[in-house]
This record gives sequence, structure tokens and C-alpha cells, in this order.
Amino acid sequence: MLYLKFVSIHLKSQMQYKTSFFLTILGQFLASFTALLGVWFMFERFPEVEGFTFPEVLLCVATVLLAFSLAECFGRGFDQFPQLISNGMFDRILVRPRSALFQVLTARIDFSRLGRFVQAVLVFAYAIPGSGVEWSWDKILTLILMVVCGSIVFFCLFMVYAGFAFFFVEGLEFMNIFTDGGREFGRYPFAVYGEKVLKFLTYVIPLALFQYYPLLYLLDREQGLLFMLSPLGGLLFAVPAYLFWHLGLRRYVSTGS
Amino acid sequence: MKKYQALFTIRFSSGLQYRAAALGGIATQFAWGFMELLAFLAFYKANPGAYPMEFSQTVSYIWLQQAFLALFMTWFYEQDIFETITSGAVAYELVRPIDLYNRWFCHSAANRLARAVLRCFPILLVAFIVPEPLRMSLPPDLGQFGLFMISVPLSLGVVVAFTMLVYISVFFTLSPIGVRIVAALLADFLAGGIVPLPFFPDVVRGVVEILPFAAMQNMPLRIYSGHISGAAAVRGLFLQAFWFVILVVLGRLWMKLALRRAVVQGG
Repeated sequence: MLYLKFVSIHLKSQMQYKTSFFLTILGQFLASFTALLGVWFMFERFPEVEGFTFPEVLLCVATVLLAFSLAECFGRGFDQFPQLISNGMFDRILVRPRSALFQVLTARIDFSRLGRFVQAVLVFAYAIPGSGVEWSWDKILTLILMVVCGSIVFFCLFMVYAGFAFFFVEGLEFMNIFTDGGREFGRYPFAVYGEKVLKFLTYVIPLALFQYYPLLYLLDREQGLLFMLSPLGGLLFAVPAYLFWHLGLRRYVSTGS
Repeated sequence: MKKYQALFTIRFSSGLQYRAAALGGIATQFAWGFMELLAFLAFYKANPGAYPMEFSQTVSYIWLQQAFLALFMTWFYEQDIFETITSGAVAYELVRPIDLYNRWFCHSAANRLARAVLRCFPILLVAFIVPEPLRMSLPPDLGQFGLFMISVPLSLGVVVAFTMLVYISVFFTLSPIGVRIVAALLADFLAGGIVPLPFFPDVVRGVVEILPFAAMQNMPLRIYSGHISGAAAVRGLFLQAFWFVILVVLGRLWMKLALRRAVVQGG
């Protein structure tokens, strides 16, 4: 498969600079580590927030981090997309006989993002036994759904970010509030931010669907299939995200080279 | 002195050109500050007694942090400088009749200032009109505001002097990414960029409060709201001045060393 071929090319090319590669992984690791340290310091002082204790919040931290790092590993091609547009390289992509989306994605696959991944796995290793959840099959399934659907939602957000690049060349920074912001603020269950934010993150940008609601199910605060399967609802976000990308692609006018 | 002034002015006005980019930044920073504060509010509500500062002080801290992000963030580097070093173009810089350390220092400081000037006013304006309890308040008195105004440039100086050390390290490593990220994040955390220093556990805090990082955003942001006031604030200013001098001296010495052994690659 062509995609796997691209994966192996990127892996090989990044492995050429091993020291730099591992230092970057370490950097990514530390990046999310300071955020984690921040959470820990807060919970040293406050035993709980909105009824969630430290190990329970860690479950949240790890889910969001893992989902984000997976999405980032494969979706960071979108990150460079605004540059592809502004330097005219995108025109070259359009004349090649593969879909534009595929080529943008394979333009960059960044394995150094695994630093976060490692961190997320370590936090899980602590939080899964530590959170006091009695792990039954349905809960394991819920957790897997949270991570998988979460990474798809983040992936879609990256796609929307790239979609905006069709319309605006500058000022795309604001999308960071949903991507990087989603990761940073996702460390606490979204209910912490109040009802309005929670509603927004449920119905508009469905970050809470794979974080807050299934977490309630895991912690036995809520029963019912709706909470368990809520991450699947987040997948609906892929529809507008793809349509938006497609719309941008259709009205694309080259910037020239 | 005049040439540095000119350099500063050029950088500053070119930095002011990117207004559309600033607009995106303003929206992000505003939303970021808002979410940050909502999280702190939740902790405050959970247990007001354990909260180490007044909530209104946190509000001012976070809004100022977002408004002046460009001044204080340690992870904002001049890409040009890294490229100058790794590409060898630094050789051109060396033949110019201008001190390289000062040149880069001016360059970074001016760029940061330009970015901050473009972004801070809309953010502060909104911060002063959003509903309570997230509304920003004025400093307790004029004296405190004066101390804040002294602390801001000192803080900028310490931050830039710190990033200079990172630039100089590239002379030795040639691969800026690893060192850059690690240094920036550690500094950001220890400067109170993620959680303000008063929230650190007491054991850690005793040490962290006297590190050079405490002389960065930590000082002006806490002085503004009166969390550090009077004699403590004056002591804080001295701490900032002390670290500023130390970092500049270190940077200059290290740069001298780096340039002595710099090998210009390519022709």
C-alpha cells in the first residue's frame, strides 16, 4: 500500500538524524510532562475539583493525550498545509494522479510526536489501576472508543485547520484553541469549565463526547448506553470537517509561485 | 548606541506589519485565558481556603499573561538567528561593525515588543469588560503600578538574555530543536507559565522563587495585582536586575568562546 510506503520513507528519513530525533521525542515528552506536573501541583493543594480526584483526572489526561498524539502523528501533514498554499507547492500536488488529501497527509508524518504517546501510555499505566474503576469488558471497550474516536476528532480538527488555509493565508492561529487548546484543557473533565463551555464542546466541537461523558460511565457516575457510546457521536464531526475541506478545495485559487 | 536604536526601530516597525496574524493571535489568547480562568475558578470553588492568592489576583495574572504573551514566553525564538548560525551566514554578521550579542538582543527584544503591542490592547480591553468574576481589576495603587512598569522591561530583559543562551548553544550543537524545546518548556514552567508559582508545593517553591525563571513573567504579573507588594516587590526588582546582569554576562562570555572556535562552513 502506498501509504505504508510513505510511512516507511518518513521513518527512514527521520532516523538519519537519530540524536535530534530522540531529543525531539524527549522534548515532546517534557512538553506534556510540565502540563502534567501542573495538574499534579494543583491536586496537591486541592483534593478534588468538581468531584473528580487526581487519579480520575489522570484518566482524562491520558485519554486526551493519547488521542491527540495519534492524530498528530498521522495528521501533521495538515500543519504544513498553509505553507504549501502560500508557496504555491499545492499546485504541484493538484496535478498528480492521487487525491489531494492523501498527498497532504503523506507530505509529513512526524514520528517525533511519539514523545507524547509514550507519556500517555505511562500515565495510563498509573491511572488505569489507580483510578478505582472496576475494569469490565464494557468499560475497556469504552476506553478504547474514547481513544480511537478522540483521535479521529482531533484529526478532523487538523483537517478543518487546513481547510481554513484555503480561505485565509494569515491568522490561522485561532484554530489552535481547538487543537492544542483541546489537548491542554482536556486535561480536566470539560464540565470543570462550566455548563456553557460543556455545551459548546458537545454540540459544536465534540471534544466532550469522547472525554467527559464516557468518563462518567467509566466512573459509574452515569449508567446507560448513551454515555458509553457517546464517543461514536463525535465521529459525526468528520462529515462537516470533510465537507469544509472539500469546499475549500473546490474554490481554491492558486497564489502563484 | 544610535545604531542599536535604529536596529530596534526597524525591527519594531517591521514586526508591526503582521496585523492579520495578530488578529488570529488575539482571538486565541483571549479564548485561552478564558478557559484557563474557568479552570482556576473551579478549583477556587472547590476549596477557597486552600487557594494561595485572591481569585481576582489570578484573574489579573492570567489576563496579563495572555496580553503580554509575546514579551514573556520563553518558547518564542527568532528563527532567523538559528538559521544564521546553522547556515554559516553568521560569518557576514561578524564582519559588520556591530556587536553581535547586542544586535541579536535588540532584534529579539524589538520583535517581542512589536508583537505584544499589537496584541495586548484588545485583550486587555475585553478583559476589563467581561462579567465578574473574570473581570480584570486595576492595580491596588499607583505605586504598585509603577513597580509593575519597572518590572516589565526587566522581565523582558531576563527572558531575552535567557533565549540568547539558547541561540549561542546552537554554535555548539548545530541542531537547535532538542535543546530549544527542553530549555523553553522548563523555563516556562518554572516561570509560572503553566501554574503561577504560588500554587507550587511549598517545598519546591522555596527554591523556585529565587531562580532566574522567577525573574521572568512571575514577577511583573504578581506585582501588578499586589500579590507581591511593598518591600517584597522592591526585593523582587533587585532579583530581576541581578539575574539580568548575570545572564547577560554569561551570554557574552559564552558567545566569545563560541566565536573563537566557530568554523565557517562552506564557501
